[in-house]
Amino acid sequence: MLALLLNKTKTFVGMNEVMVHGDLIDNVNRALQRPSNFLNQEMDELDEESISKRKQDLKDQVYDCIRTIKDPEKPSTLEDLEVVYEDGIQVKSLGGANSPSVIHVEFNPTVPHCSLATLIGLCMRIKLQRTLLQAIKVDITIKKGAHDTEDEINKQVNDKERVAAAMENPNLREMVENCIRECDD
Amino acid sequence: MKVLYVCPVEMAASGRLDLVDSLTGHRGRVWNVSWNPTGTVFASCGEDKTVRLWTKSSGQRTWMNKTVLTDGHQRTIREVAWSPCGNYLASASFDATTAIWDRKSGEFECNATLEGHENEVKSVCWAKSGNLLATCSRDKSVWVWETSEDDEYECAAVINAHSQDVKKVIWHPHDDILASSSYDNTIKLFREDISDNDWINCGTLASHESTVWGIAFDKTGTRLASCSDDKTVKIWQQYLPGNPEGVVTQSNEPTWKCVCTLSGYHSRVVYDIAWCHQTDLIATACGDDAIRVFKETPSSHKNQPEFELICTVHRAHTQDVNSVAWNPKEAGLLASAGDDSRVNLWQFKEETIIF
Repeated sequence: MLALLLNKTKTFVGMNEVMVHGDLIDNVNRALQRPSNFLNQEMDELDEESISKRKQDLKDQVYDCIRTIKDPEKPSTLEDLEVVYEDGIQVKSLGGANSPSVIHVEFNPTVPHCSLATLIGLCMRIKLQRTLLQAIKVDITIKKGAHDTEDEINKQVNDKERVAAAMENPNLREMVENCIRECDD
Repeated sequence: MKVLYVCPVEMAASGRLDLVDSLTGHRGRVWNVSWNPTGTVFASCGEDKTVRLWTKSSGQRTWMNKTVLTDGHQRTIREVAWSPCGNYLASASFDATTAIWDRKSGEFECNATLEGHENEVKSVCWAKSGNLLATCSRDKSVWVWETSEDDEYECAAVINAHSQDVKKVIWHPHDDILASSSYDNTIKLFREDISDNDWINCGTLASHESTVWGIAFDKTGTRLASCSDDKTVKIWQQYLPGNPEGVVTQSNEPTWKCVCTLSGYHSRVVYDIAWCHQTDLIATACGDDAIRVFKETPSSHKNQPEFELICTVHRAHTQDVNSVAWNPKEAGLLASAGDDSRVNLWQFKEETIIF
């Protein structure tokens, strides 16, 4: 199970062709590979129905990923506690040739002074980062008005440098790993 | 077989960036790239706790990773900086230390470690004079270090001016003036007070609405560019006391005024900004995977400058772009680093629009 989690799939649906640029044609002594994203390029040509289906698929994928995260204090999942809910996930952009995919995740801490809201946000970000099949941009925010210090927490959870540093802190990392570990049903 | 790849460069007003090289070697996120003062070597660093040095052998067109510096840090290396003489490298790490590397033995070796910050060191920079080094940290402080002939590093000042995480420190291109940017949304300037050798906050630049990730001086040092989580780039102009424009100054210190805001161009956080001291072009590294180049318009005015976007490379990296750096000698050569674990090299070319 852990192996599955650690499988940080930054899959680039790659065209492994050698890129030769302008006058650089000679003496390219190693392949300059430039991953490209078929999915996104195709996106520009899709009709509305397929777009909405893809959006729903992505939404489902995101929700499946975060709903099973365990609450740091209680034996329940974020879904059980209604901290996360399907309607809280929005696909802001499916991406195109010129823009990346962006999803927005809203969550609702159980109490407005919940001291673990930052940790919950961190868990969602890390698990999504490891699980999502493509490099998707994720914005995470607390449901408006649901926390006393929501601006502060939103800023912290969306600062990737702070998130990266937090994950190098052994204690914090262990807490996150415990919350996002998949249990065998 | 030669396969041609069409670079996703948008034909903009008057320039393009051609991909020259795409370098692999780092594992995980690459946070920063930095050219040595002569532009012959650049260093990169990141999540894999290594500093890599890249050079181009004479006659070769590709950049090769000649040196990997390991064992200097326990955690992510966030930034790497060259001394003005090019013989020293400083690396700032999430492990709360800054390592100083020198090549007295012929190879770069870590011969000093600067300790003192309480947690992650985010940025490090050497002053032009070569005798001063600055670091900053999530602990909200900016430290100034004095270096001596015998390679001793002494803390000259601990500046507690920011109210939050300090993201970046840079020195003025000529003077011993220090600038820092922060999670507290501001940029602050510092200089040494000659009367008591204390470092004082001689200016606060407030206008950004979120974290200021990057700052860069132009070659004259009278302008500063900043980039932010608020998705904008701002240009600040220095006004000296008694300036003819009548901009109010206080305590005989220069005032820095925001004279231009570039909004609507970046769709996500702007992580880094580089102002070329040869071409005056501004490059930005963005969380929307793009690199953009801005140029001041010919009719631009000092007090109300205008900059236009002259080039966008969408998907310059397959993930966030974290760092951009112009080569200090070779005009238009740009290095970039991204979350996709790559370092890319680009050549900027001016062009007339062909319809």
